Amino acid sequence: MSDGAMLIEAAQRLFADRIDDAAMRRARGGEWIGEAWDAIAEMGLPLALVSEEAGGFGVETVDALALVRLAGAHALPLPLAETMLANGALGAAGLPLAEGPAALIDGAGLTIAGEGAGWRITGTAARVPWARDLSTLVVADGAHTFRIGAGCTVAERSTNLAAMPRDDLAIDAYCEASGPATGVSPLLAGAALRSLQIAGALETVLALTIEHVSDRVQFGRSLSKFQAVQHELAKLGGDVAVAGAAADMAAEALAGDPAEATLAIAAATIRAREAAGSAVAIAQQLHGAIGFTVEHRLHWYTTALWSWRDEEGGTRYWSDLLGRAALAAGGAGFWQFVTEAA
Amino acid sequence: MMDAIRFSSPPRHEAAEALRHEVRAFLAETIPARTPLARSDSWNGYDRDFSRKMGARGWLGMTWPKQYGGHERSAFERYVVVEETLAAGAPVLSHWIADRQSGPTLLRFGTEEQKGRVLPGIAAGETCFCIGMSEPDSGSDLAATRTRAVRSADGWRITGTKIWTSNAHNADYMILFCRSGDSTPADRQAGTSQFLIDMKNTPGLTVRPIIDLAGQHHFNECHFEDALVPAGALIGTEGQGWQQVMSELAFERSGPERFLSSIQLIVELIAALQGSDSDLARAAIGRLTAHLIVLRRLSRSVAAMLEAGENPALHAAIVKDQGALFEQAIPDIARSLIDAEPDRAATSNYNAVLANIVLNAPSWSLRGGTREILRGIIARGLGLR
Ligand SMILES: Cc1cc2nc3c(=O)[nH]c(=O)nc-3n(C[C@H](O)[C@H](O)[C@H](O)COP(=O)(O)OP(=O)(O)OC[C@H]3O[C@@H](n4cnc5c(N)ncnc54)[C@H](O)[C@@H]3O)c2cc1C
Repeated sequence: MSDGAMLIEAAQRLFADRIDDAAMRRARGGEWIGEAWDAIAEMGLPLALVSEEAGGFGVETVDALALVRLAGAHALPLPLAETMLANGALGAAGLPLAEGPAALIDGAGLTIAGEGAGWRITGTAARVPWARDLSTLVVADGAHTFRIGAGCTVAERSTNLAAMPRDDLAIDAYCEASGPATGVSPLLAGAALRSLQIAGALETVLALTIEHVSDRVQFGRSLSKFQAVQHELAKLGGDVAVAGAAADMAAEALAGDPAEATLAIAAATIRAREAAGSAVAIAQQLHGAIGFTVEHRLHWYTTALWSWRDEEGGTRYWSDLLGRAALAAGGAGFWQFVTEAA
Repeated sequence: MMDAIRFSSPPRHEAAEALRHEVRAFLAETIPARTPLARSDSWNGYDRDFSRKMGARGWLGMTWPKQYGGHERSAFERYVVVEETLAAGAPVLSHWIADRQSGPTLLRFGTEEQKGRVLPGIAAGETCFCIGMSEPDSGSDLAATRTRAVRSADGWRITGTKIWTSNAHNADYMILFCRSGDSTPADRQAGTSQFLIDMKNTPGLTVRPIIDLAGQHHFNECHFEDALVPAGALIGTEGQGWQQVMSELAFERSGPERFLSSIQLIVELIAALQGSDSDLARAAIGRLTAHLIVLRRLSRSVAAMLEAGENPALHAAIVKDQGALFEQAIPDIARSLIDAEPDRAATSNYNAVLANIVLNAPSWSLRGGTREILRGIIARGLGLR
């Protein structure tokens, strides 16, 4: 077995073990499930996107991104994807890695000014994942990467539909050092990670739905015997397959040349999100009323999907970006555009 | 279970990408004057001369052994040729069916004599095929075929009617699927065989046109009345027709023709939107572009599976189902962005192409396996019975 496959398998065991129903319920109740985070950190997963030279342990980027997909499959209520990304940016910029949970945000909405030998960063960042629990905030503005360890206060606590923290942060921080900004923008990287999480969660939704329609009996047979149910399930399977392929495309773009990543990630993002909406509607329908309760596990995944599909830029934003580029290619240039975009 | 519907990453193939430029240059030079309306016929466009030129370039039978006129190139190179010709709306019908499925079926199951006689002509773009599967009482339920071949002293005597046979009026050969023995209550699919039918020289075979909804003569009814074919017309093994025909379907279901049927409408739509500053239009074009990019990835992934010798029947069904949803959604997206009355005779390319696409769209979720049949295959692939 390859190192990558071994890592994924170990992470799968860890998630299955630590992110059990009790942990999910606690996280949904607003608790930071610290012992699960510690176990994940212990395994080194938050460093998976950091190169070996920068203090990582040499995980291939595609394997690291497979971890994000797996985290999605568990609707992991912890900022693993965010911390991986933040550490990846810190490592690439030659800055010290984060000691705990971290997130990477775009500096575009902040004021960044030279002060003494360093920089002062001020402003408000909206809906930062797990802001209340972060040890480190990483800001990238296209030219520089900054590491912020102190000087942030939560201005407003909020959560997404899956009770994952999305807080507004008031920032007034001084950074002594900065590094170059490399790779794609925080928004593109964030959207790519969300696509992977979506693909993972959809696989769980499909598995739950297959299990449910096979077990549930009405009219003397299991639901899976009804053709109408089979066809809806086939449609769900199609959505999951499409989202999976879109997520692979986003992952490859993220692992490849940053100059060529934008359109592929935009396309993957749009497509995975649309599939998520369609798939969740089918899964909820096929589960009946039990799926519409907090007793059943389904909602952990569907609520996460309903939020992830609107985070890191909305669908309108990404469609506009891709549509603008396609229109600029013109009718005669459209096909060439499609073959070169991804 | 989840692995069953994962599509592996299609590899980047340098030779295929180089070929792409050659094909584009060839198309630009060979069909520069083809109208948008004609291009929107997609793979229904018929032009023997064009097919011969494709053959002369070595772009038909590309993956087949050289001894049968093939070129021993990869499935990826073939894929590029196929998608580029379709995207350009080139008139591919004369070679299309033979290159896609009849040739591969013969290559796999045909006798030496059949292969030597027929394959080189396909690769040269000279030989045109049609598919004889559907019958009046046997559509989705292919095993219900009633056309019957009976062994005789001089070969086989065939009686029955095939219907919806695309391009039968032009084709040189048909691969006929029919009954050659009896089914059993336990096995409805038993007792079927495939035959190579010479469309031009089979006494007792008559081909009648059926005009389709779009007003075109595309498909036909093919009636066999005690038609005599030689003993050597049997393809593969007597009684194995079902297994043979099923292996043909993965080739028939996963290609780019399953999502490019309405590409010409997208092209005209984008052309018509030039200069507009509608953010509604940008978002809509962005969305459909995303769909197309991902569909193309799925289809290329299936091509890789075929190249590796796997049988991606489930994946092919997913591609065709998703592809048809996409193709059929395009007219409504276009209609939401531009007000135009569909009219094939219109001088506006957009209006004419819209008409052709609207009229032909219903067929895309029927031919090659209906949406409902595909969904059944996918559900079974996911473990449901
Ligand atoms: C443009 C065009 C070209 C064609 N070219 C060819 C050709 O070259 N050669 C050839 O052999 N055939 C050809 N066909 C025929 C095509 O393969 C058939 O139309 C198709 O297999 C469906 O058969 P049918 O039309 O008899 O519909 P039916 O099988 O009668 O189906 C009618 C409807 O009932 C649904 N249905 C049927 N069975 C089930 C079931 N078990 N569960 C749920 N729903 C069901 C179908 O999905 C469909 O919606 C062509 C068709 C078209 C439209």
